[in-house]
Amino acid sequence: MAEIILQGISHSYDEKRGSTAPNLALRDVELRWRDGGAYALLGPSGCGKTTLLGIISGLIQPTRGHVLYGGKDVTMLSSRERNIAQVFQFPVIYDTMTVRQNLAFPLRNRGLATAEIDRRVERIADSLELTAMLPLRATRLTADQKQILSLGRGLVREDVAAILFDEPLTVIDPHRKWLLRRKLKEIHKQFRHTLIYVTHDQTEALTFADEVVVMQTGSVLQRGTPEALFRRPAHTYVGYFIGSPGMNVMPCDVSQDAGGARARVGTHDIALAPHTGAGPAPSGSLELGIRPEHVVVVDGAGDAGAEGSLPVSVITVEDHGRFRIVTGTLAGAGDRRLKIRIGHHGPDRALPIAAGGSIRVRFPPEHICLYRDSKIVESGELAAAEPSP
Amino acid sequence: MIDKTRSNKAWLFVLPMTMLVAFSAIVPLMTVVNYSVQDIFGPNTKVYVGFEWFRKALRDSELHAAFLRQLLFSFSTLAIELPFGLAVSLVMPRKGWAVSAALVVLALPLLIPWNVVGTIWQIFGRTDIGMGGAALVKLGLNYNYTADRVDAWLTVLVMDVWHWTPLVALLCYSGLRAIPNAYYQAASIDGASGWSVFRYIQLPKLKNVLVIAVLLRFMDSFMIYTEPFVVTGGGPGNSTTFLSQFLTRFAVGQFDLGPAAAFSLIYFVFILFFCYVFYTVMNRVGQG
Repeated sequence: MAEIILQGISHSYDEKRGSTAPNLALRDVELRWRDGGAYALLGPSGCGKTTLLGIISGLIQPTRGHVLYGGKDVTMLSSRERNIAQVFQFPVIYDTMTVRQNLAFPLRNRGLATAEIDRRVERIADSLELTAMLPLRATRLTADQKQILSLGRGLVREDVAAILFDEPLTVIDPHRKWLLRRKLKEIHKQFRHTLIYVTHDQTEALTFADEVVVMQTGSVLQRGTPEALFRRPAHTYVGYFIGSPGMNVMPCDVSQDAGGARARVGTHDIALAPHTGAGPAPSGSLELGIRPEHVVVVDGAGDAGAEGSLPVSVITVEDHGRFRIVTGTLAGAGDRRLKIRIGHHGPDRALPIAAGGSIRVRFPPEHICLYRDSKIVESGELAAAEPSP
Repeated sequence: MIDKTRSNKAWLFVLPMTMLVAFSAIVPLMTVVNYSVQDIFGPNTKVYVGFEWFRKALRDSELHAAFLRQLLFSFSTLAIELPFGLAVSLVMPRKGWAVSAALVVLALPLLIPWNVVGTIWQIFGRTDIGMGGAALVKLGLNYNYTADRVDAWLTVLVMDVWHWTPLVALLCYSGLRAIPNAYYQAASIDGASGWSVFRYIQLPKLKNVLVIAVLLRFMDSFMIYTEPFVVTGGGPGNSTTFLSQFLTRFAVGQFDLGPAAAFSLIYFVFILFFCYVFYTVMNRVGQG
């Protein structure tokens, strides 16, 4: 086991190593994976997450940059020479072998003594609840058992630097997915391997990982705990991609007055939290983001309402059982779409909201994120951007 | 019970096809059955002989010899073409222009009409003007496929290998290409050797394709006629006379229609039996 570091990784499928190709699948990725952590690589299809996984496992040699395992540069080593295990999108098992032979295969290839192989195979089979199936042909297992088995082939090698998962639940039944995910958690707790899990499913990523890396078009947009990704998405795309539905993002202008910073969306003024800073509006295109969960409905009736509230015409209301999702347009802001998620336990749960009606909403300042050119504006940054007089 | 409207109009639709099949298959087959139980001296002179011809055919030592020769030939071609074709498919290129080049080169023998294949090898094996035959003689070998039984046999066998190994190779190649990359990646991560990859991934994944290759090659080699007919004419002696040629010689050459009919029915039943066995095996493999 070791810390894994990626230094300036870029990759192009068109070019040989060392070249400066323009068509990059990955660009300048810098990541550090702590030993024993559970990580998720999250992003839409084609964002480069599987390429990145291949670079970590040695199936792909990056065009530029270095991969370090515990301080040792392994960039040019093959997967065989690196100490790594991988679970693929669909179960990869050796059909003609029994479950026991499957588990023993990586150890036999490395020339371990038979007694030692048996000991490890039995130990892992026990943890994975495969003991009863050891003598069976591997083809007789169900899809999720096969995935467990391919995970087992990684676990028997006690010294692997990390275990990589490439969307391992794709072919698993929804009900089994949940069980398998829990199993992975248990395994992580028991063996403390570094786990890196690639997925495009935010639920999988957020429930599995201590830390999630969000990628888009070959770049890392943000890494952080599931909570941080939800609370303060560093990029509008992260806000949109994580959460259900995604973050509401709308263009705005920012101005300062005695009362503090205010954002102007269309004809509305919205107060910002003090931490968003003071000073004149910085250059670049500005956007305001707020999660549907954080939008507060102040008055279902739709009259003038409380001060600072915004009028919304309701288009649809979807009832999901535990919550409702209201889709509406913000009047006076170019009819911008706004999604509101109303929990069945919140203070606004009882408000009668119907399609065609109008309501008034409030954006609590502490939940508003401000973005400049799609990137989040951190505390005090507005002030820092103030041009010198 | 459901009341259905009864109508005999449907027969009108079936009739043309029934007539076509009767004309092309049923009537000829029944004619053969008819011949097989008669001794025919002339167009109007026939004698009913019962199962006489069947008894005779089954006891005919020449037929036994042709049958054994046929089995030996079929199994020899399988024993050579399967491993050879598999080996070729394993070393074939996987990407780039070389793929198309390899596929075209491999497909060439399959595109040549069978009698032309025979002619090519008949000339190629000649010791006076044939490249192959002359080269062997120049090397000091006493090669002559028109006179030596072993040479004739080997020539026909090599010709069949040349002609049909590409088919096996193409089948295996398509099977290999269908193996998802993840298997190779997993094997690499598991530290598997090249042999292990072949033994535990490629061979098991090729099982179905190989069964089909065995079937096709067995059937084809079992009915081989054209090529040996052109190259050796079944000789020298009877050394390359396979079943179909034996039958043809009987029926068309000597006009022994009765015995030939009996024999062709035996041949037919035999092939039917093999087809049944292979079909069953193939289904089993498909399920397994």
